[in-house]
Amino acid sequence: MTFVAKPVVHHPKLPLNEIGLNRRDYEGLVSTLCAGCGHDAVSAAVIQACAELSIPPHRFAKLSGIGCSSKTPNYFLGNSHGFNAVHGRMPSVATGANLANRELYCIGISGDGDSASIGIGQFAHIVRRRVNMLYIVDNNGTYGLTKGQFSATNDKGSTSKRGVPNLYEPIDLVSMALQIGAGFVARSFSGDRSQLVPLIKAGLLHRGFAFIDVISPCVAFNNHNGSTKSYDYTRGNAASFVAADFVAPHEQITADYAPGEHEIVRLPDGSELHLRKLEEDYDPHDRTRALAHIQEASRDGEIVTGLLYVDSDGTDCHEILDTVDTPLSVLGEAELCPGEAALDGINAGFR
Amino acid sequence: MTTYNDFVIRFANVNGSGSASANGMFAKALFRMGVPISTHNIFPSNIEGLPTWFEVRASAAGYHGRREGVDLMVAMNAETYEEDVAAVVPGGYLLYDNSAGLDRRLFRRDVNQIGVPISKLIVSAYTDPRQRKLFKNIVYVGALSALLNIDFDVITGMVSTQYRGKDELIAPNIRALEMGRDYAREYLECPLPIQARRTDLVGDRIMIDGNEAGALGAIYAGATICAWYPITPSTSMAEAFENHAARLRVDKNTGQRKFAVIQAEDELAAIGIVIGAAWNGARAFTATSGPGLSLMSEFLGLAYFAEIPAVLFDIQRVGPSTGLPTRTQQGDLLAAAYASHGDTRHPLLFPSTPGESFEFAAAAFDLADRLQTPIIVLSDLELGMNENLSDPLTWDDRRRYDRGKVLSREDLDEVEEFGRYLDVDGDGIGYRTLPGTHPTKGAFFTRGTSRDAFARYTESADAYTENMDRLLVKWRTAATLMPAPEISGRRHRVGIAYYGTTAVPMAEALDNLVDDGVRLDTMRIRGFPFSDEVARFIDAHDFVFLVEQNRDGQMKTLLVNEAGVEPTKIVSVLSYGGLSITADTIRERVLKHYDENNLARLTEVSGAAGADGRRTSRQ
Repeated sequence: MTFVAKPVVHHPKLPLNEIGLNRRDYEGLVSTLCAGCGHDAVSAAVIQACAELSIPPHRFAKLSGIGCSSKTPNYFLGNSHGFNAVHGRMPSVATGANLANRELYCIGISGDGDSASIGIGQFAHIVRRRVNMLYIVDNNGTYGLTKGQFSATNDKGSTSKRGVPNLYEPIDLVSMALQIGAGFVARSFSGDRSQLVPLIKAGLLHRGFAFIDVISPCVAFNNHNGSTKSYDYTRGNAASFVAADFVAPHEQITADYAPGEHEIVRLPDGSELHLRKLEEDYDPHDRTRALAHIQEASRDGEIVTGLLYVDSDGTDCHEILDTVDTPLSVLGEAELCPGEAALDGINAGFR
Repeated sequence: MTTYNDFVIRFANVNGSGSASANGMFAKALFRMGVPISTHNIFPSNIEGLPTWFEVRASAAGYHGRREGVDLMVAMNAETYEEDVAAVVPGGYLLYDNSAGLDRRLFRRDVNQIGVPISKLIVSAYTDPRQRKLFKNIVYVGALSALLNIDFDVITGMVSTQYRGKDELIAPNIRALEMGRDYAREYLECPLPIQARRTDLVGDRIMIDGNEAGALGAIYAGATICAWYPITPSTSMAEAFENHAARLRVDKNTGQRKFAVIQAEDELAAIGIVIGAAWNGARAFTATSGPGLSLMSEFLGLAYFAEIPAVLFDIQRVGPSTGLPTRTQQGDLLAAAYASHGDTRHPLLFPSTPGESFEFAAAAFDLADRLQTPIIVLSDLELGMNENLSDPLTWDDRRRYDRGKVLSREDLDEVEEFGRYLDVDGDGIGYRTLPGTHPTKGAFFTRGTSRDAFARYTESADAYTENMDRLLVKWRTAATLMPAPEISGRRHRVGIAYYGTTAVPMAEALDNLVDDGVRLDTMRIRGFPFSDEVARFIDAHDFVFLVEQNRDGQMKTLLVNEAGVEPTKIVSVLSYGGLSITADTIRERVLKHYDENNLARLTEVSGAAGADGRRTSRQ
């Protein structure tokens, strides 16, 4: 970790976004994670994505569970409220937060211990409920804060720092999210910011539940030879089927695509996601085949990254519940209290 | 000699046989004749096939508590014949289906058997097996109307309203009622010496259960989010909230809902959703029972320490563990008061009546917002699931929600220095901000780890201690805001204290004790932390009986721990078998204590003797 405080003064030449803010306005406190921790790169990608989307920094709600990953909301979006919940229970808190105020952009940051072990039940159910949020798992396959125990996403046979192999089958949150109905499912790598930033932007704007599993190596406990969550292993084995380029509403498409090779997914705010197929027969709108592809690749030792599934007409929890457009949190007595007169009728019903 | 409007009728049925609606109709008919009644549903944790009982007590004196000793037993379950017959008072009545003659087990020399050939009547009148099963219950209601002299029109009127829109069901129901009535009139001595008689003792009161009243209180209080997990006996509260909100909380133009109900995956998630919603500015609640409260403990600790409002209704049932899931108890006091690890404590409310369930539900949301902490409303199965008489629900349109100390964007513009946990006012309560309020001010990180007054993570012993001490200041503020105890008397040397549903049989117990020469001052405790009056009441008496429905005297523990009460000044009167405590039990235990300790029964302070012979017929 670093104890060097960041200067408060911005560099005058930092580019401004559409609402006149620069990247520094989207930062948070100085990270206390280990130097080289993948999680810090994820935080940096979140900062860049939010700044480029020109969303006012205070209009986010940041939620997390417990663990190294869950500390990171401290390190981005310092002007938004954050909630460090209890271990594995961030999904329920995020559900409540989103139900209360549907206008805020909800970002949940969790870890593999937080979401795949203690919180796997809550993870499964927030996916089912289609809560409108971006849910990122900083996945390093290990319990860092308690000094290096295997987590449930650690691959069978992957070894600990002392060379002991993991004996249990891994849980793949991406497959799980796909199977339970997540509308947006991606996997990325903390070391690949060019892939991660567009995914974060698209995930934030996607309506419904957007899930990104980010392989984010733990430099202290799971970055050695023999680990399948190390920087080297991930770089060497990552394969992308679909590349996603994020295009804001007013931007022009500059890239040249060969006909038939790219597809446009429109997001609720008018932005577009341009998908380039890197693998001929991969269809990111076919949930069943996406699942099969991911599992085949995993069998072959490949880590599939990129946007793996997206439904273009996603619904969210508020639509399912048919709630009013105004956030429930701002409704007052006039809208909520049926009043004295209505009680006459209610009392009469009990006579 | 004929007695009017004073009897206990118990229906012994098999659950899943459709008896609940018939028995409910019987009770409602008495209520509509102006007769004060109370009902108790003693049911199994099962869908179909196990014994279930429903009791209706009519009491001209207005006593709501259970009374042992059944005047008329409707014995419709062969499996429980022995115990059902044994429950009847000498000289009482037993109504049974005599289609196959009198079962040997039903015979008791000092009980009047009333045979009605229910099955035979049904078989000749209906062909559909389902109708045959359901209308058996309706036939005995018809017979009872003749035996007890209940206005037949009141019952048929209820059938018509109940099946409005399903008109084809009205005629066969009325036919079944008539069959029972006509048989009784023709072949039985009608009416019996115990009878109903039209009166006006009900006044404007309503018949409602505590769960439904509490759900309405939550709606009136502006709760927008309910997250819950099904568990008896709390389920009907969440369901009632959804049903009433679907009518009362819908946008007239769009049809969209101004509320959200989530049936969560478990109780952990339910309280998590509540806390997330409250953090983000909505009023939210959950309803659960003991096992759910245990699961919610971790989150309750977070909400206590991070200071997030939350409202939890614990409709208590019998513990420990799964216990007796469909019976009543007051066994969660300590678990609720100190839910979660570390030095954690939560304010509690103890409603006694459906009206108070409504009132305390509304109060709980104001208290939670004001105190920025979870408020636990401790109801129980007895109050939550039994329909009983209650004063009409009332609301004053001038009442404003107390959303507590929440800074708006404009407030934040004015504030020079914002510290979430700064005790600016000296009451231990800081100012909070809601997410999304201000572009540059007021954002903070909510966490369950230690932090300083500015919500910054710290491992400093001083900062931690300061924070924990401030939470105690807040706790003392809470004591001034909880509903005051209801105290009456003040002239006798001995008192009796009770709370929640132990208040229900109290009027009757006290009246009967007066006949025994025992007069007691009374205190009904309504909230925790205790106001000073609670300890003062106990101090002012030689000793105080404390009536509770749990084995370990949990309220006594709270009083000793938290109000500094001398343990020897409290004499516990405990009942914890799962059935609501009766006036007779209270009376017997009180008298036993007097007798065993050779205490003089007339214990008025000199000068006040004999001044108060007034009977409290309604509390």
